[in-house]
Amino acid sequence: MDQFEPKIVAFVCNWCTYAGADLTGTSRLKYAHNVRIIRFPCTGRIDFLLLQQAFAKGADGIIVSGCHPNDCHYTSGNFHARRRWMVFRQMLENMGVEAERIVFSWVSAAEGAKWADLVNETVESIKKLGPYHKYQDMAKSLEEWEVTHE
Amino acid sequence: MNKLKEKAKELLSSGAVQVVVGYEEGTGGKIRPAFVSRPEDADKLLYNADCHHNLALYLYKHETKRIGKMAVVAPPFVLRSILILTTEFQLEEDSLVVLGVTPEEELIEFANFKEIETWVNQHPIGMKEKDREMLNRLNAMSRDERWQFWQNEFSKCIKCFACRGTCPMCSCFRCTVDYNAPQWISVGSHQLGNFDWHLMRAMHLAGRCSVCGQCGEACPMDIPVHLLSFQINEDIFKMFGSRAGLTLKKESLLSTWKSNDVENFIR
Repeated sequence: MDQFEPKIVAFVCNWCTYAGADLTGTSRLKYAHNVRIIRFPCTGRIDFLLLQQAFAKGADGIIVSGCHPNDCHYTSGNFHARRRWMVFRQMLENMGVEAERIVFSWVSAAEGAKWADLVNETVESIKKLGPYHKYQDMAKSLEEWEVTHE
Repeated sequence: MNKLKEKAKELLSSGAVQVVVGYEEGTGGKIRPAFVSRPEDADKLLYNADCHHNLALYLYKHETKRIGKMAVVAPPFVLRSILILTTEFQLEEDSLVVLGVTPEEELIEFANFKEIETWVNQHPIGMKEKDREMLNRLNAMSRDERWQFWQNEFSKCIKCFACRGTCPMCSCFRCTVDYNAPQWISVGSHQLGNFDWHLMRAMHLAGRCSVCGQCGEACPMDIPVHLLSFQINEDIFKMFGSRAGLTLKKESLLSTWKSNDVENFIR
């Protein structure tokens, strides 16, 4: 049996974390290959519906990362995002979703090493948690519905 | 409640307002919203503890605004909703006559919205015993049990959107659930579609709920959807120290921020 390799989707901002992840590469730092990076203009743009979609499409873990507070390219996008995540995370808890599968972080353009660590640690922790069967089983209901409603 | 009837009559016959939005007895002894536009009809208005509809819903709709100036019978949760709608630019300040009614069924008149703000801050509304108990039960559950609880509840959902239709805070002309390009929420009432819908609805109401419980009341399948909003309301109070509907300041929770918001999960 192959070891479980989690699917991780990373929603990152263009100005800090994406550049940070780029630096990881140019610094020749190796890190876990489980992550699929999606670039956004700003963490403020990352709608919680995108996170729902990621889980529904089979992600086992999610990384959300952007500029440190006070570093936002648009001044306050990350502050708005921070409030949204505070509420969203609590909402997930209240509904019984495994909120620790979503990892939030601030990674600046100079923190290539932090990005590598973040991804590695996230992959490790998701490996321990295992595949997110509960959510994925729920998402299967859509496929079944689509078949019967062709 | 004779005072309420008299006041409504007076407002209508003097032409101060064209319609009074209130409660009347409907079929089967149930309460329903009433739109009274003739003074002689004002006698059918009533108020008691069974009046659960959130009448703030009708205050910004084209259909009712067209009739002319409105007066509204407003229990505490309607008063709160009026304040929220005002801060969200859905109502103009002092654009309507508010006939406040207390839980003791007394009439209070408000000269302006500022007075409403003062009153609601002096008279907090508690949750119903039944809802409080349910929240305690949910909080005592493990996360997996909560997941199972909500999965069971949502499996009853038929996506009739009565919860949305009855909520005054769902004031968008076009709801996210109605979009199909991209399709955020699957239209079918299967597990995923139901879950996504209820999570999205609760998130879009977070920090804006007047805690009237009308969404749960309206649900034909008896899903306690209002508990999602009630619980996050409590959590938001713990996190940010604020509750919706207590201020006329135009500072919606999720459209503002503070540099010292405290979280413990961002690395």
